[in-house]
Amino acid sequence: MNAVARFWESDIGWSFRHSPVAVVSCIVVLILVLAAIFAPLLAPYDPFDPASLNLMNGFSKPMEPNAFTGETFWLGTDDQGRDVFSTILYGMRISLFVGFAAVAFALVLGVSLGLIAGYVGGWTGTIIMRIADVQLTFPSILVAMLIFGIAKGITPIDMRDQVAIWVLIVAIGLSDWVQFARVVRGATLVEKNKEYVQAARLIGRRGPAIMLRHILPNVLSPVLVIATISLALAIIAEATLSFLGVGAPPTQPSLGTLIRIGQGFLFSGEWWILLFPAATLLTLALAVNLLGDWLRDALNPKLR
Amino acid sequence: MLAFIIQRIFQSVVVLLLVGLVAFSMFRFVGDPIDNMLGQERTGADIERLRTQLGLDQPFPVQYAKFLTNAAQGNFGVSYRQGRPVSDILAERAPATLELAAVSGLFAMVLGVALGVFTAIRRDGFTSNAIMTVSLIGVSLPTFLIGILLIYLFSVELGWLPSFGRGETVQVGGWTTGFLTASGLKALILPAITLGLYQMTLIMRLVRSEMLEVLRADYIRFARARGLRDRSVYFRHALKNTLVPVITVTGLQLGAIIAFAIITETVFQWPGVGLLFINAIQFVDIPVMAAYLMLISVMFVGINLIVDLLYFAIDPRLRVDRVEAKA
Amino acid sequence: MTPPILSVRDLVVEIPTRNALLRPVDRVSFDIAAGEILGVVGESGAGKSMTGNAVIGLLDRPAHIASGEIWLKDKRIDGLKGEGLRKVRGKGIGMVFQDPLTSLNPLLPIGEQISETILEHLPVSKSEAEARALAALEEVGIPAAKARMGSYPHEFSGGMRQRVVIALALCAEPDLVIADEPTTALDVSVQAQIIALLKRLCRDRGTAVMLVTHDMGVIAETADRVAVMYAGRLAELGPVRDVLTAASHPYTAGLMGSTPLASKGLARLNQIPGSMPRLGALPTGCAFHPRCPKTQEKCRVDPAPPMQGRAACWYPMTVEEIA
Repeated sequence: MNAVARFWESDIGWSFRHSPVAVVSCIVVLILVLAAIFAPLLAPYDPFDPASLNLMNGFSKPMEPNAFTGETFWLGTDDQGRDVFSTILYGMRISLFVGFAAVAFALVLGVSLGLIAGYVGGWTGTIIMRIADVQLTFPSILVAMLIFGIAKGITPIDMRDQVAIWVLIVAIGLSDWVQFARVVRGATLVEKNKEYVQAARLIGRRGPAIMLRHILPNVLSPVLVIATISLALAIIAEATLSFLGVGAPPTQPSLGTLIRIGQGFLFSGEWWILLFPAATLLTLALAVNLLGDWLRDALNPKLR
Repeated sequence: MLAFIIQRIFQSVVVLLLVGLVAFSMFRFVGDPIDNMLGQERTGADIERLRTQLGLDQPFPVQYAKFLTNAAQGNFGVSYRQGRPVSDILAERAPATLELAAVSGLFAMVLGVALGVFTAIRRDGFTSNAIMTVSLIGVSLPTFLIGILLIYLFSVELGWLPSFGRGETVQVGGWTTGFLTASGLKALILPAITLGLYQMTLIMRLVRSEMLEVLRADYIRFARARGLRDRSVYFRHALKNTLVPVITVTGLQLGAIIAFAIITETVFQWPGVGLLFINAIQFVDIPVMAAYLMLISVMFVGINLIVDLLYFAIDPRLRVDRVEAKA
Repeated sequence: MTPPILSVRDLVVEIPTRNALLRPVDRVSFDIAAGEILGVVGESGAGKSMTGNAVIGLLDRPAHIASGEIWLKDKRIDGLKGEGLRKVRGKGIGMVFQDPLTSLNPLLPIGEQISETILEHLPVSKSEAEARALAALEEVGIPAAKARMGSYPHEFSGGMRQRVVIALALCAEPDLVIADEPTTALDVSVQAQIIALLKRLCRDRGTAVMLVTHDMGVIAETADRVAVMYAGRLAELGPVRDVLTAASHPYTAGLMGSTPLASKGLARLNQIPGSMPRLGALPTGCAFHPRCPKTQEKCRVDPAPPMQGRAACWYPMTVEEIA
């Protein structure tokens, strides 16, 4: 609680309290994340339990009793009678899990490589940054697709659906590490020559210790900003890949997969199967994005 | 200047060789090419013959060199899925993607620059603020949702525009074009907007911030102090000075347009190379994936080179050797 | 006496800020006659550049002219907007900025920048405008002017660029030139040349000049009359010779004492104690009183009086004090 109070009183806290956009997006993100975490408790149905499904419930309209069974679903059901509200909760769980995990992966990878490139330098540094440059030439979504495709190729066919989520995390993470590496390397180059680091070196501290104890804390705030913005991008990337059919499999549908499924009913009039997952994704992406924008401005007014 | 260009060309070649290595490794190590090409009924002799024919018995560098030579000649092997030469399939699909990318690129550039200039000149106006707010939301929207939204609005609700395909196309030489029929043009509208919207927003925001920066410059004050017309101050003096950074980003965005075409083509079932690539990933059709990767790399690298050269055309300060000759 | 080219009457420029209403220019009046060079001196922040910008209508928002009148010949030009203002700029009033490195558009050849200005204001054909641009470049002493019409600003040295800027300011034959610190950004060796050039060209054409500078030496060499500004107000206004040899306002006297003039020999320089107050923190009474050696009770309470003789001061310097 102490930490929360300290945050509230700090400069950032002040800027947070005085930005309605930040407060609202933060609340929205919190609600959605909590809803995703507690999806099994909140969801009225388990959309992955075949026993609970009743095909007769298919295409129920939102808030209207089904013509055959008389059951009512808040947001309607899809063609197989799955409750849309429940699939959204579970789908968001997967979307957010993939998003957070991919960013965490990219962060660890990018920060480590950035520290090494900046602190060790030399050939190692050059090679790391060259790879980063080449990768940066290509849009990250393309890189992620490619990695997904290759991983799919080397996985045995019957394993593909099971590992798809993990492949997705690695693919998005690998497509996104460059930003972290660049910023951390730049900051490391600056910090490395400062006197306190020289002093630490003189008293015999080892490279890894210096990097972790002295340099890393100094690059945390830009890393935090990039991580927040990356989270929005990762969520969108995941949704895009799943929508394109090269992401989360139909057995574990994320929001993107749900939208892919829903698009099929666009012309036949069952709009709710598409609309509600799409609106959820939109709210999630927009809120995280706005939060990232605010954080960037608050932590570094010069960037504005 | 020449040294700089040579250096850039050298770098581009290195990038292409690296991408080639990735493409080749995919080809060679992802799945067994022999397995993929021969059906269930095969004999040891068949395998052996194909192995020699594909050169798989040769050392890795030789195979790589051979792969590159073939690729340079446009020979990417045979699609696992369609059983036809990849180059044929690509040639057939390319016009659709290129036409789409060209139209949306043009749309993004023209509208992006125009709106950027407008919102910079009228920086506090109501319309400008409205445009900026909408653009912020636009940046957060995933492309495929924009596409679906447009389909819902203009195809499902209003029924004005087609929601999928290219419409009627006309064969001109080896090129199928949708530009020459009314239905082809109509079919182009929604995909082009979907694909160009994000890039347009980026270009607009960039032009705006660069323009605001330039409008504060001394030479703009001086131009005003000389009594030049607003039109001349804005377009002749200010806009030209914003173009260098704008061209960098725009150039890179044109590359991105080709990549993002994958998404748009899927939403609108547009028969281009992007849709081909997505299908290839779904079916692990390695030759098509490798060929697409090579093709798009060549395009990106080419665009980067052109962007570098454009700098020299626009900014006389960069033509260093000329200054030295005169000094 | 011929009517003045420029006549400024009780000009007030205000900048509304969140905390206070600032007055960077406060009730300033002066005239400039045809062919006359008026030097405007003062420390940075005294309001001299702001006065120049107000005259040509280049105040950046939120700064604006709050009251007063500005007449160019027989036309009132404060409050002009749009087309009217545009026609005064360049044609009526030419302007030379401080930094020649940044005041030329880096992406347009200099010949083009001059001829576009001529075309904008004079009824001439394109080829005629180019011929005039070439003549203007020759006049300001650009060597091989014809070959350099197509050159870009970065291909010139600082002094040469300032010559180009002067050519630009004069090319539409204005009645008045405002030169805002035209030599500050230049090498010392070039400064004298540029000042001499500006002086010669304006004398030849009978152009009036408002020369804004903080360099007393430049004023001494160039100006006919001098206006001394302090904290937004005119402290002293008079013929250069009189002001230099017998300053009437204590501030001017202090300024003279702190300026190394060759004529004074190697005597020790005096200093004015303290520094000019910020606009938001002006003292009561005369703005100069905290630093003034002659301050009396009246100076602390009453604002400085309007111009009396040459100076706006309750207790101007006496003959004995000057000696």
